[in-house]
Amino acid sequence: MLRQSIEKLGHRTIQGVWRIGFAARFFLAVLLHSGTAFRRFGLTIREMYFTGVLSLIIILVSGLFVGMVLGLQGYETLQTYGSEEALGVLVALSLVRELGPVVAALLFASRAGSAITAEIGLMKATEQLSAMEMMAVDPIARVVAPRFWAGVISMPLLAALFSAMGIFGGYLVGVQLIGVDEGAFWSQMKNAVDFEQDILNGVIKSVVFGIAITTIALFEGYDAPPTAEGVSRATTRTVVTSSLVILALDFVLTAFMFRGLS
Amino acid sequence: MHNDNLVEIEDVEFGYGARPVLKGINQTARRGQVIAIMGSSGCGKTTLLRLIGGQIKPGQGKVRVAGESVNELDQTGLYRLRRKMGMLFQFGALFTDISVFDNVAYQLREHTDLPEDAIRDLVLMKLHAVGLRGAAQLMPAELSGGMARRVALARAIALDPMLVMYDEPFAGLDPISLGITGNLIRRLTDTLGLTSLVVTHDVQESLKIVDYIYFVSEGVIVAEGTAAEIQASGLPYVHQFVHGEADGPVPFHYPAPPYADDLRLGAQRA
Amino acid sequence: MNKTVLDFWVGLFVIAGVVALLFLALKVGSTSAVSAANSYEVVARFDNIGGLKPRAPVKSAGVVVGRVADIRFDNETYEAAVTLRLDKRYAFPKDTSAGIMTSGLLGEQYIGLEAGGDSELLKDQDKLFLTQSAVVLENLIGQFIYGKAQEGAPE
Repeated sequence: MLRQSIEKLGHRTIQGVWRIGFAARFFLAVLLHSGTAFRRFGLTIREMYFTGVLSLIIILVSGLFVGMVLGLQGYETLQTYGSEEALGVLVALSLVRELGPVVAALLFASRAGSAITAEIGLMKATEQLSAMEMMAVDPIARVVAPRFWAGVISMPLLAALFSAMGIFGGYLVGVQLIGVDEGAFWSQMKNAVDFEQDILNGVIKSVVFGIAITTIALFEGYDAPPTAEGVSRATTRTVVTSSLVILALDFVLTAFMFRGLS
Repeated sequence: MHNDNLVEIEDVEFGYGARPVLKGINQTARRGQVIAIMGSSGCGKTTLLRLIGGQIKPGQGKVRVAGESVNELDQTGLYRLRRKMGMLFQFGALFTDISVFDNVAYQLREHTDLPEDAIRDLVLMKLHAVGLRGAAQLMPAELSGGMARRVALARAIALDPMLVMYDEPFAGLDPISLGITGNLIRRLTDTLGLTSLVVTHDVQESLKIVDYIYFVSEGVIVAEGTAAEIQASGLPYVHQFVHGEADGPVPFHYPAPPYADDLRLGAQRA
Repeated sequence: MNKTVLDFWVGLFVIAGVVALLFLALKVGSTSAVSAANSYEVVARFDNIGGLKPRAPVKSAGVVVGRVADIRFDNETYEAAVTLRLDKRYAFPKDTSAGIMTSGLLGEQYIGLEAGGDSELLKDQDKLFLTQSAVVLENLIGQFIYGKAQEGAPE
């Protein structure tokens, strides 16, 4: 009984490692076949509509609410130290460094990532990808690569929009609602937030997240068993795996980027 | 070397891991013929089509199309060859996000530099050949099963290929659509001078239109011949298949222990 | 989906994203205006730098005129050698003094420059001679207690 469980565990681990290797080869193949995605940029633009534009509502609304909550909670805590005027700093730094890239990435993974997986999985299940191959059109170049670049380009834009909306939300709550001094809000923020250290690092994070999420989504869709159940499980795996990878990468990147501050 | 055989399959073996699917297949298809590959589900018919199309490689043996060895081609060569082949997938496999017109125009736009006017005329011609010129602006979701398959056929012949492969073209169609599809396959093969390879298990329809039939069972070819020969064949497997008999070489009962032993009553009495 | 409508929305999306990035870069953040091209470096030595960190501001009359570029420990003189990167627009006399100040009561530390009266100006790679180290809380308390002890024992 115990032996069976160990065997099963070993088997699953090997499967997992094999799968990661397969995914890595897939990633390389997508990069190599990206020529078409740029030569026929219309394809990529079309995919940017489906991944980026259609995610706008959830990103903007979530950003606004997160910013507003930051404003409220931040004010509560800062008040105990008599530093309410640092609210702008609190909201801006939290968003630009962490919440913007990470939360936007999590939302992107659930909304756009799962959509990509489902779409590619269904195309595989209805033999559309096979049909393309038989018509001498490479599905990786034609279908997969444009979606990859669309995701990578959309992600930093969405993260920036999330952060901007969040800061606006913090401003609404802090300045308009609670009454923190408007001048102090913006000027302290400007002093504390550094372009290279904070904003640029946030952008780098969101680009890395974009690459990770889109690759996972595309791979799961491409590799999904061509059945209804297979596609549905692949979609779930995309969201779960992407979320975990985002959080893990966030830790690694943050450790890299912000350790030099003291 | 201008051979009359468009497709030649020699001693081909194929399997998934340890499980063999095809064991030693020998087949030829002459130009201008409609050839049927028949057999019960899971006997390897679709695998044969995929071998010919180069989507999979045989473990052993050779697959030749128009004299070229398909399994030895590199990607460029394979893509070049595929432009001269058309494939009709089981349920059409139309691209669901674009219209009927765009589906048929797909290959023309990808592989040729023709101007849009020329493409328009060609697409309408192909759609007219399958009787669906009026449906050009519909989306695939708005088509019935039979119509979707006809559009897929128009798409398959868009570049005037020399070989068209059909994967179960008759599956799930109503009698009228059946008749139309069978008719189309025969007419297109004759008028366009193609070679058609039809994988099917619809005996009645195929016998009306095919020139030659191969019977595949358990990975080998058990019988071959013209339509008339097959119908008159005394081979038990062929006979069971053609006449739709419930029991024969393909057994009715899935392997199980003896009936009396399985029923508890028998044990009690004994 | 009409191709032109699609392009329009994607264009709008990209513009919005870029605007958000610009907003963050310009209105929210600040770039260190002091880059290598328009600055000159000056070294100041301190006995104790307290909590001074690299990239801390260098102010004169309360206005930021530069940043702390580097902090090193001199193993021979056992002092801290702080490299200040000053904006080229601002010239200081050679006898300028540098002190380590704290912004607010518990704020972060910065370097305050007080201009002297020398007619010669500081040049790149010059040294500042007049420096005042950071105030160390323990020393202050020690002084206070000692002072109080002195007072309380008028023998």
